[in-house]
Amino acid sequence: MTILVFTVLVAVSSFMAGLVGALTGLGGGVVLVPLLTMAFGVDIRYAIGASLISVIATSSGAAAAYVREGYSNIRIGMFLEIATTVGAILGAMIATMVSARAIAVIFGVVLLVSAYLSSRKQREQPTAEECGSLSEKLRLSGSYPTPNGPRSYCVCNVPAEFSLMFTAGTLSGLLGIGSGAVKVLAMDQAMRIPFKVSTTTSNFMIGVTAAASAGLYLSRGYIDPGLAMPVMLGVLAGSLTGAKLLVKAKTKSLRLVFSLVIVALGIEMIINGIRGTL
Amino acid sequence: MNVHEWGDRRMELIIGILLRLGVMIAGAVVFFGAVIYLIRNGGAPLPDYKSFHGETVQLSTVEGILAGCRQFRGRAIIQLGVLLLIATPVARVVFSAVAFAFEKDKLYVCITLFVLAVLLFSLVGSSLG
Repeated sequence: MTILVFTVLVAVSSFMAGLVGALTGLGGGVVLVPLLTMAFGVDIRYAIGASLISVIATSSGAAAAYVREGYSNIRIGMFLEIATTVGAILGAMIATMVSARAIAVIFGVVLLVSAYLSSRKQREQPTAEECGSLSEKLRLSGSYPTPNGPRSYCVCNVPAEFSLMFTAGTLSGLLGIGSGAVKVLAMDQAMRIPFKVSTTTSNFMIGVTAAASAGLYLSRGYIDPGLAMPVMLGVLAGSLTGAKLLVKAKTKSLRLVFSLVIVALGIEMIINGIRGTL
Repeated sequence: MNVHEWGDRRMELIIGILLRLGVMIAGAVVFFGAVIYLIRNGGAPLPDYKSFHGETVQLSTVEGILAGCRQFRGRAIIQLGVLLLIATPVARVVFSAVAFAFEKDKLYVCITLFVLAVLLFSLVGSSLG
């Protein structure tokens, strides 16, 4: 295979990964690492480096479209980034100490648990009185556009959410992914924010989280330009397309697709971890 | 709509433009580097990605990347685009800190500056180490 053929194939695959990543809030990373390692036979460390770069591109590219639509909540994002960035640095540091096989199995389990949680029945939308005082003190409540005008929401379980975000950040730094699944589900389930708000705010936070570990990865030599280039450009084009579709897509079908993607990835991760092929 | 919400909405719009600009510039630089890289090396056999070697100093440090760009090397120009992409979310956090300061929201200025400090620790700390 020549460099040109490889570049085109990786770019096309990355476009698809970016599309799915933006639609589900996962970020292209979780799809990309298995793809690059299994379909293209790339070493996991190069895959993680390229994936991390694509994660920044996905997040920033899609977030640029989302913030204009008014779905994402900047305060929730910024507040939770304290947890995700510190976690990301911790993750990047322990990446050198823990075996990739163990990480793959743990992460696969986390994805399956996440899929189970997202398939549970939705609770009633909480009112401001039901939420903790932290939501008001931190000014995390907000509103989002609906066909019937803006709808307001508030935020529950802030401490639980904060620790989940620390975990999401650690996984991001450890595996070079956005951990969008954990972020969306934490916001969806713990904070009980509307799905579109949690998806877009998650996407918004992923870039900052990935940037926190990207410096470490670059200086370690994990980021190869010949690989990062088609991945970044492909994912960027895919994520921008995905962002346009998300605003039109219905929440119900989005949630179903989201859960199926998580289950498939979880099983994939576990099998590869056990086999030692990741 | 209160003052905070109005300020937040404006901040969102400017952040949207900032992110778009950063990604567009980074993407254009990577694309430019890709054209040079593929014209010169497109027909060559694939480098060994199956085993990990780690990138050389020329492609893993800011000094090395800038030196390579001056020599018009495709791979170095791609890495410059990667650096610009990493800088985009950092610029977004810097802007948010300034915007929260204009809103006189001390709590969120502190939160944002903390996030910025963590990011700079990672970026500067790694280039020193």
